[in-house]
Amino acid sequence: MTTAALPLLRRTRVASSVIPGFAPALGFTLFYLSLVVLLPLAALLLKAAGTTFEQWGRILGDSRVLSALGLSFGGAFAAALINAVFGLLVAWVLVRYSFPGRKIIDALVDLPFALPTAVAGIALTALYAPNGWLGRHLEPLGLKVAFTPLGVVVAMVFIGLPFVVRTVEPVLQDVDLELEEAAASLGADRLQTFFRVILPAIAPSLLTGFSLALARAVGEYGSVIFIAGNLPGVSEIAPLLIITKLEQYDYVGATAIAAVMLAISFTLLLAVNLLQKWRRARMGA
Amino acid sequence: MIEVEAVSKHFGDFAALDRVSLCIDQGKLVALLGPSGSGKTTLLRILAGLEQPDSGRVRLGGVDATGLGTRDRRVGFVFQHYALFRHMSVAENIAFGLKVRKGPQRPGNAEIEAKVHTLLNLVQLGGLAGRYPSQLSGGQRQRVALARALAVEPRLLLLDEPFGALDAQVRKDLRRWLRRLHDEMGLTGVFVTHDQEEALEVADEVVVMNKGRIEQIGTPSEIYDSPATPFVYRFLGNVNAVPCAVSGGSAQVGGLHIGGGSVDGVGTAFVRPHDVEILELSPDLPQAVIRLVTVMGPLVRAEAVLPDGTVLEAELTRDQKDKLDLRRGQEVSLFLRKAKIFVGTGI
Repeated sequence: MTTAALPLLRRTRVASSVIPGFAPALGFTLFYLSLVVLLPLAALLLKAAGTTFEQWGRILGDSRVLSALGLSFGGAFAAALINAVFGLLVAWVLVRYSFPGRKIIDALVDLPFALPTAVAGIALTALYAPNGWLGRHLEPLGLKVAFTPLGVVVAMVFIGLPFVVRTVEPVLQDVDLELEEAAASLGADRLQTFFRVILPAIAPSLLTGFSLALARAVGEYGSVIFIAGNLPGVSEIAPLLIITKLEQYDYVGATAIAAVMLAISFTLLLAVNLLQKWRRARMGA
Repeated sequence: MIEVEAVSKHFGDFAALDRVSLCIDQGKLVALLGPSGSGKTTLLRILAGLEQPDSGRVRLGGVDATGLGTRDRRVGFVFQHYALFRHMSVAENIAFGLKVRKGPQRPGNAEIEAKVHTLLNLVQLGGLAGRYPSQLSGGQRQRVALARALAVEPRLLLLDEPFGALDAQVRKDLRRWLRRLHDEMGLTGVFVTHDQEEALEVADEVVVMNKGRIEQIGTPSEIYDSPATPFVYRFLGNVNAVPCAVSGGSAQVGGLHIGGGSVDGVGTAFVRPHDVEILELSPDLPQAVIRLVTVMGPLVRAEAVLPDGTVLEAELTRDQKDKLDLRRGQEVSLFLRKAKIFVGTGI
């Protein structure tokens, strides 16, 4: 070791002093991540790598596969958008107002986390089925929810809501009331204050909540399959198609769909992360 | 001209303001001075329209503005912690008030840009237009906040503890700079502070507040030289507050005659340390023993104990100290140049 390298090394050690030792901490992190995340994914990719071009073409050219992927990602995107808007509203109400029952509503937000997804799916189906409490009244309006793509989105909205609320809430709490007062003293009206001052301040957390809700909805299985009706090519989601293929011993097909889902999800999450990074760099924080 | 008429404001049971009346002339820079909880910030926020009074009226330029919201008052407000928009650059922050205007009132983009440029130079931040607030120092942020408030050409500039969050040196520079800026622009300004030195140095007029009421209004020298109440005496600078007795027209502090008194009784005498003169021991004058001598740069602070145990703090120059050869335990005589007596207990 040269003497010049010594001060640098010391500084690094001081900077990360809370967890003793950078090397063992990083080593453990990598080992843990490999075991829990990377290894199963690598196995999946390895399996997919054995697929020939003809097989890829046949699987991805199948209209049933394409529509399942389309429904999974399209539905998840729509659900995440809906959650971003209404999750923000819920977070706003919980942060800005105090009213009787606030604590109970706050706790209710987490329920979709805790409920077994199958229970959620059955409950939603019972509600929205043509003879259910809500479905009975929606049917005459020409609005069919259960056993349609719309039902898929409803289930995805249900399971994704907590992600948006819980990521936006703490950030919203930190948005100083003084910012709103400053905007008002400069002549801004409520809409201008919201869209120019508050929304940009919480945008990063809203985007994080959106991407978490999106990721969760893409991977959701349990609650969706009950309400979806699973009509091939109409209301069948990609995870269900994977299970179907597995049950038919079509391992190649299942792996291929899984690999495609993985690639799309990874690209989406990476894009979101890069967007956040670009934003932070621009603000110099 | 800004008129506040019998304004009261309660927060629950707490009376933040109790029938406060105040008149501020055009072009003046006024300090609201008081301890925390004295109602000074509440009064400022009521002037800004950020808070509505429970009763009383606020008139801006002769027009009743009591029910008017902040948006319609045309007042500039500078927050203690700046409240800059973090996602906007310095230039965007300053331009905000102009960009949110609608229709024909909104200046063109070129005009806005020119105005931002002028303001940036005014607050001496010419090269920092593209920076973000997180990249600025506290003093720079404060000046951005000021420029942002000035951009909308307010008829009244309100500042809430404008230098409170800054360190001592920056604070001193910035308050002198604010005074010069005010003189150049001729704007009416009100600022809140709990620092008496700041109020005396910067303001044309000082409003001393305590427990939701105004104790005294006056120029800095009026406030310092002739405080109206014991509270003002105590709050403005260092003062000896010693028990005294008035009888037969003579006021005494520990056997020391300090002047006349019209009402007999016991009370408190207020003597500024620089009005306590230390002399060589003389049989004609009351005696005291020096308990402590502290040299603080050009000034010397000494504590003298009177025969009855009363301690008086005195301030003298290095010269005077050397002449007397002052040291601990020395016996001296005292002379009080000026004292103010308030008769009554519990003062």
